[in-house]
Amino acid sequence: MARTVTTRRKAINTALAWAIGLTIFFPILWTILTSFKTEATAIADPPVFLFFDWTLENYAVVQERSDYMRFLWNSVIIAGGSTLLGILIAVPAAWSMAFVPSRGTKDILLWMLSTKMLPAVGVLYPIYLIFIQLGLLDTRIGLVIVLMLINLPIIVWMLYTYFREIPGEILEAARMDGASLREEILYVLTPMAVPGIASTILLNFILAWNEAFWTLNLTAAGAAPLTAFIASYSSPEGLFYAKLSAASTMAIAPILILGWFSQKQLVRGLTFGAVK
Amino acid sequence: MATQHSRSAARLMMAPAVILLLGWMLVPLTMTLYFSFKRYLPLRGGDQGWVGFENYIRFVTSSSFWPAVQATLVIVGGVLVITVILGVLLALLLDQPMWGQGIVRILVIAPFFVMPTVSALVWKNMFLDPVNGLFAHLWEVFGATPIEWLSQASLPSIILIVSWQWLPFATLILLTAIQSLDGEQLEAAEMDGAPPLSRFGFIILPHLARAITIVVLIQTIFLLAIFAEIFVTTQGSFGTRTLTYLIYQRVLESQNVGLGSAGGIYAVILANIIALFLMRIVGKNLDA
Amino acid sequence: MHLRTALGAASALAVAAATAASAETTVTIATVNNGDMIRMQGLTEDFTAQNPDITLEWVTLEENVLRQRVTQDIATNGGQFDVMTIGTYEVPIWGNNGWLVSLNDLPDSWDADDILPAIRGGLTVDGELYAAPFYGESSMVMYRMDLMEAAGLEMPEAPSWDFIAEAAAAMTDKEGEIYGICLRGKAGWGENMAFLTAMSNSFGAKWFDENWTPQFDSEPWAATLNFYMDLMTSYGPPGASTNGFNENLSLFQQGKCGMWIDATVAASFVTNPTDSTVAGQVGFALAPDNGLGKRGNWLWAWSLAIPAGSDAPDAAKTFIEWATSKEYTALVAENEGWANVPPGTRTSLYENPDYISAASFAEMTLRSINSADPTAPSVDPVPYTGVQFVAIPEFAGIATLVGQEFSAALAGQQSVEEALEKAQALTADEMEAAGY
Repeated sequence: MARTVTTRRKAINTALAWAIGLTIFFPILWTILTSFKTEATAIADPPVFLFFDWTLENYAVVQERSDYMRFLWNSVIIAGGSTLLGILIAVPAAWSMAFVPSRGTKDILLWMLSTKMLPAVGVLYPIYLIFIQLGLLDTRIGLVIVLMLINLPIIVWMLYTYFREIPGEILEAARMDGASLREEILYVLTPMAVPGIASTILLNFILAWNEAFWTLNLTAAGAAPLTAFIASYSSPEGLFYAKLSAASTMAIAPILILGWFSQKQLVRGLTFGAVK
Repeated sequence: MATQHSRSAARLMMAPAVILLLGWMLVPLTMTLYFSFKRYLPLRGGDQGWVGFENYIRFVTSSSFWPAVQATLVIVGGVLVITVILGVLLALLLDQPMWGQGIVRILVIAPFFVMPTVSALVWKNMFLDPVNGLFAHLWEVFGATPIEWLSQASLPSIILIVSWQWLPFATLILLTAIQSLDGEQLEAAEMDGAPPLSRFGFIILPHLARAITIVVLIQTIFLLAIFAEIFVTTQGSFGTRTLTYLIYQRVLESQNVGLGSAGGIYAVILANIIALFLMRIVGKNLDA
Repeated sequence: MHLRTALGAASALAVAAATAASAETTVTIATVNNGDMIRMQGLTEDFTAQNPDITLEWVTLEENVLRQRVTQDIATNGGQFDVMTIGTYEVPIWGNNGWLVSLNDLPDSWDADDILPAIRGGLTVDGELYAAPFYGESSMVMYRMDLMEAAGLEMPEAPSWDFIAEAAAAMTDKEGEIYGICLRGKAGWGENMAFLTAMSNSFGAKWFDENWTPQFDSEPWAATLNFYMDLMTSYGPPGASTNGFNENLSLFQQGKCGMWIDATVAASFVTNPTDSTVAGQVGFALAPDNGLGKRGNWLWAWSLAIPAGSDAPDAAKTFIEWATSKEYTALVAENEGWANVPPGTRTSLYENPDYISAASFAEMTLRSINSADPTAPSVDPVPYTGVQFVAIPEFAGIATLVGQEFSAALAGQQSVEEALEKAQALTADEMEAAGY
């Protein structure tokens, strides 16, 4: 029998979950609301929640000051590019780890993860010098490479855990039928792993989108993404809560919307092999 | 099932990822090691010669070193404890039948999509500010004197902000783990009259052990590196100077690349000690 | 119109200079997100209309991020920016390192002799002008005339620290959220340490003696810090240890501060009726003193400089010439009113009757700037220059660490004695590391 519960129990669950959910979401909601206030209303005492004169003025001011679309486009390219490049490199690696495991596989996996331990601030100087030499400063390709390298261990690990759940017999069968390695990956493995790959792409897109150290320090005008956009709105002179809120909303809105639409995918797929 | 052929193919397929990461690790690490043995002051003309272990000694003997290690551990530990405990509770709740489950999930995971800089700015200005922040207004409603969060409760404030960002991640992973739990086993226990608490303790928690380890491992990697949250809020004041932030101050504020690089090497060592410890546990679990 | 001809002449010159360089040049400008710079960004069209072959790219960043970015870039010769917005602290150090392009060859029409001597001196190294001042500032007392009157006191033109303490006590009404005095408490060499270093000068304190020995264990520093701490804990706003310039400006604009001792540029913000609720009530006075012959005011100029690694130095020069010219000032006045022009750089501005009548703070600003002497900042002779800073490369790092100790003391986490002790120890340590 499926789990049946009383309506009362369900009502209590609902109330509790909604209360918690709204509390967790509140800072974002408050930011969005504040972005529609005037600067004076934004600091009103007592604070006003919904009943104020809604205005789009802050968005106009922010747009006038900085070309939002350019930052947005850079964010999309950098986050998207680094994720796709990462997937292309990680799929074969994860495949071989999952289906042709050797004694060292686990060690390699853990070593990969340990490369994420290098503190970014400690290596900024060397990386900056290398970027100058290679002419990669303030280029999208430079950031695509760096963010790909940063997230590659996570991508490999996630894919590895998904691939491992695919029964090896299916691949055996395909091989018996004379499928080549390429066909095996392309026609047998990939379709089965699509949910896993999708949530890997999502998670890494989010991580790359939100990365704020390298994207800020390796860019100037050309390749600056939304993290740099927001850096010009933190504590300017005078009252700024409303403008800061508008800029913040603009910076997080695209990824928030993307996340919401793909929420199911993320909820189902984000396991890191935790489920066995 | 692996033939000789597929073994070499496998190695070939792994090569790009391994070579790239090896390069990404070795090149900066070598350069950092090189700098760490030099007196290297960009504002005084750069390279001023080899100094042996001077930078290493100076970094650990400075009065800010141990407090920084401590602050790092407190923040990482605090966030881990909060996100894991609340994450388990929240995951249990979200697994229950309710109306509007999808929307609640969306609300709960939303903070994960907010970039750290934005979340730090929003928390600092609109919630924790002792004059205009919402918390100050809330305290005043109850007749209490508003707390000066970022100075009087600096570490808890940082832990609060970071926990808010990472709770969704922990909840998501724990939720998928709970959903995979064998319902029949639970029902059998329920039939046997096991009270909810022991059902949780003997069936659910052991089942979640693996998921919790993974949450701890992945979050630790990210938490050791938190920077924006401190840079935006306290800039390392009031005991929130983590090891990462200390290195930042050495390299960028003092422009002492040699000293900062030595700090970087210490951070790598500390991170790897923690990682080794964690990976031992996860590594065992990966086989299971 | 007079202005038009001037602009026309300037543009003809600029076009001639630019065509000589190359066809399409991009100038990347790193700047801070202060109001005057944002305004300049909004007026870019005027420049591009005169110089169609130059494209301007703006990188506008918050002050701390900006410093980190430009320092990193110039120290590695990264060449990311053609124009950098830097201050009087960086210019002498970077100029000495040969990292900046000399601006001595700006045309006569730019009128270098019109620049205020104190400011010009701070941006010149060995006779080479390495940066053009965009706006200059000192610090002064800004106070609420209505509250002062209600307290039955009258602010002298040149108050003493004792009067400030007395007035702060009289104006404070914590129930009504009015705090007698707002001062910087947020840690940072350009935040609380700028204020405290300038203040300490008037108490006879100094950073180093003539042998470069740190002086935080001296009596004047204890007096400075104790006075500051008493003032702030008794009459300051809550959370003062995290308040910097921007936070205090916001508090003052909301009418929550009786007095505020800070940058003179703030005067135009607090008297601007669209942003400030107390616009009509603000009075100005010189920074306080202690009768020792030095006042606690600083000297700073946000300036535009060209890094030696720039690949478009000529176009960058054309831009700097435009942004720091008298014509630019006139342009802002035309668009935004005289009170909003970038202050504190040119003598001619303070001789302009339009400006004097529009800006009630003009005279006090000029007097404050002129009374600051970077070459002899303290009562005793010192081996360094700089009023609220010490012009050595290590200062920014050290002062931020010291500032964090002082900020922690203000937050009540340690005593004044402990803070000074730590400041002394860490400064000595850092100076040793730097090879002094």
